[in-house]
Amino acid sequence: MEQETQRPAVAVHQAVVLLDRFPALAELDLELPAGSVTLIQGPNGAGKTTLLRLLAGLARLESGSASVLGYDVVTQRRQVRASVGLLAPNAMLYEDLTITENLTFWSTLAGTGDAAIEAALDRVGLAGLAAQHVSTLSTGQRRRATLAAVAVRRPRLWLLDEPHAGLDQAGRNIVDAFVSDAVDAGATVVVASHELDRVRPLATHVVTVAGGAVRRCERVAAAPSRGEDQPRA
Amino acid sequence: MHEIVAVATKDLRIEWRSKVVASQVLPFAVIVLVLFGLALDADRGTLRTFTPGLFWVTVLFVAILAIQRSVAVETASSAFEALRLSGAAGWKVFLGKAMAVAAQLAAIEVVMLLGVIILYRTSVADPMLVVISAVAATIAISTAGSLYGVLAVGMGVRDTILPMLLLPILAPVLVAATRAFDDALNTAAVNGWTWTVMLACFAVLYAIIGSVAYAVVLEDT
Repeated sequence: MEQETQRPAVAVHQAVVLLDRFPALAELDLELPAGSVTLIQGPNGAGKTTLLRLLAGLARLESGSASVLGYDVVTQRRQVRASVGLLAPNAMLYEDLTITENLTFWSTLAGTGDAAIEAALDRVGLAGLAAQHVSTLSTGQRRRATLAAVAVRRPRLWLLDEPHAGLDQAGRNIVDAFVSDAVDAGATVVVASHELDRVRPLATHVVTVAGGAVRRCERVAAAPSRGEDQPRA
Repeated sequence: MHEIVAVATKDLRIEWRSKVVASQVLPFAVIVLVLFGLALDADRGTLRTFTPGLFWVTVLFVAILAIQRSVAVETASSAFEALRLSGAAGWKVFLGKAMAVAAQLAAIEVVMLLGVIILYRTSVADPMLVVISAVAATIAISTAGSLYGVLAVGMGVRDTILPMLLLPILAPVLVAATRAFDDALNTAAVNGWTWTVMLACFAVLYAIIGSVAYAVVLEDT
């Protein structure tokens, strides 16, 4: 366990990822420590989403190397995918199932059990809508349900792509709480976002990406976790 | 095992709610049987003779619709990507989806069998052979179909290519199932059990190939 905390959670070296022959990532280098919260910032088309997809084991690595939580994204793709939780712009929910049925399905595949479902529903504030079909939910409610679907899998690396988009103030606070809770639980969080003012206070690292490469990587003041905020007896 | 059941249950629950199979695929099957009946009605003996072939050709048409629906459930809302991220073994997802398609096809075949008995005045000479050969053929069709469905997704091609991919592969199943039904419905003097064994071999073969190939598509792409 100690070895794991010393090893970087994310290690990417000279990574090249092509999207229709276009280099979405061009010899990108990045190392992120375990337990960190990293803000990935950059203009549209900079490669932020592709980087998250690479870390999730969904993007094909043309050259270079990348490992996530000690697993190689090429040769140990299944382990990588089982260890990460990707919150993407698309809902990733089955429209004709209820929220609970969706969460039950994903927790069954992840082998995390029913206890995680109730906890996730409570945390995203959807316990009262648990029996409602996803097709009847608003955009913000779908976003919350998707967040719960990621949470029931209990990922060790959270990959959040524009997590605040489409959410009201309460929803945004819920996302922030998830980030703090994930770090408290020992997970690592990577957030790609244009809402810099929102994410910066949570971040321990800020990475600027442009043209498919890291332009700047800085360590900022460690974000206080919720556990540390609480008064000590 | 519970992952296989979870995938199958999920697909069947979605079908039960959306009623696509009940309201669109099943009526399509009945309409095709009626059209065959109208086209060959001048000679009822001919219609009875060709009942096994007409039945299984209709099942193949219906299977394509059911498989396209099975694929569409995953491609909508990027659920297929979520499945890839789930960490579940590809072969378990494959068997779950194939089981769901097989259950839907089996239900439709029951209605279609009643249809040919009523519309074509066909009689069942060997009910056991009908059931066992239909089960084997249904498994073969659903496993091959589920594989080619996900291959179409993995190749990034439109699902309209599915019939061109699937029908040639299922031609041997069509022949064997038709021969087995020839015996079971007493429309030709053949040994239906021999053809049923062949169907079972196809079912096992497609299930094994499908499990391996689906895992490659789901986990390595």
